[in-house]
Amino acid sequence: MAAVAGGVGCSHVPAVGAAIDKGRTGEPYWAPYFAKLERARRWIAEVDPDVCIVVYNDHANAFSLEVIPTFALGLADEFPPADEGYGPRPVPVVQGHPELAWHLAESLILDEFDLTLVNEMPVDHGLTVPLSVMFGQPEAWPCPVIPLCVNVVQYPPPTGHRCYQLGQALRRALESYEGAERVVVFGTGGLSHQLQAERAGFINVDFDTAFLDHLVDDPEAVAAIPHLDYLRDAGSEGIELVMWLVMRGALGPRVREVYRATHLPTSNTHNGLLILEEAS
Amino acid sequence: MPSRRDYDDIPGTIVFDGRQARRGYVLNKFLMSLNQPANREAFKADEAAYLDSFALDDEQREAVLGRQWLRLLEVGGNVYYTYKLAACDGMTFQDLAGEQTGMSAEDFAQMMLSGGRSPEDRP
Repeated sequence: MAAVAGGVGCSHVPAVGAAIDKGRTGEPYWAPYFAKLERARRWIAEVDPDVCIVVYNDHANAFSLEVIPTFALGLADEFPPADEGYGPRPVPVVQGHPELAWHLAESLILDEFDLTLVNEMPVDHGLTVPLSVMFGQPEAWPCPVIPLCVNVVQYPPPTGHRCYQLGQALRRALESYEGAERVVVFGTGGLSHQLQAERAGFINVDFDTAFLDHLVDDPEAVAAIPHLDYLRDAGSEGIELVMWLVMRGALGPRVREVYRATHLPTSNTHNGLLILEEAS
Repeated sequence: MPSRRDYDDIPGTIVFDGRQARRGYVLNKFLMSLNQPANREAFKADEAAYLDSFALDDEQREAVLGRQWLRLLEVGGNVYYTYKLAACDGMTFQDLAGEQTGMSAEDFAQMMLSGGRSPEDRP
């Protein structure tokens, strides 16, 4: 069986990727944020996962309004960085893990999660920025990555509860795999932010703190947060936080908080980084 | 489908739901086309001619040509799509976010440095 070696919650702010790509991480605006990543990077280097499953959303790049899958699993050998309208990020091509990805597809669909299966897609900052946050700027990403893409752009996204259930099913699927891969699951996006209309710039630190606290110790309560609360209290784009619940569901009921960092602001976003391990 | 939604009273917020998606389908299709480098060049070379190949309504066309960033959302644009137009103009996402609020770029950046717009602030 494959095993979940840990969970990472990570914002996916495009400006963080741009700061890395353009060598600006030492600038006064960015240096305090990047200093907070060191502990997380040490953790993942020590864990040295065989595979990462990255739960993220596409931002009108692999998918457009023509077809909007609620959950889409990437099965390909590789996933190139997307041109998001200003050229692709200069980051390595993401290598997939088709064997495990196909096992997940079969297990999850027979477990009644009706995924869309994707054999070709570019990956945008939603997936590549968390890799940069955790791994820096390697010549190649240190392990294969399975993209699990969630619609959060077209309202309504799947509920937090459904995302949590998907994470639990993901865990069952990993446990039934023949290989012995050690897997880190990423939930990405958030924390509170709003990018659109007159309320753009909205931040709610109290909501974010409670979300992180309870994601650790009372995930069922977090899974019950309705979309209206996210929209109102976390900002219209803060609803991305439902994706963290997939990660949380993939871990067991009891977890240990290894590391938490928040930073305000990164561009327009209250940035969050959370490392969880299963409690022994 | 109900005409009113439980989130309609959130101030300064346009949830990209089915109503907006239907209104903005062609507009977002145009914006999505800017992901292709050749299309970006064609658009920059002659914006009006490029727009002729998309069946935008007059309000949408005017909002694109006039770079009316908030208006683009009102007429069905999604912010991740409108950002592709903003990127064509060399804007950052923070530039776009600020433009929609009516604040100057400096004031918006300063607000973010000061902790962002507070939940009590009703724009």
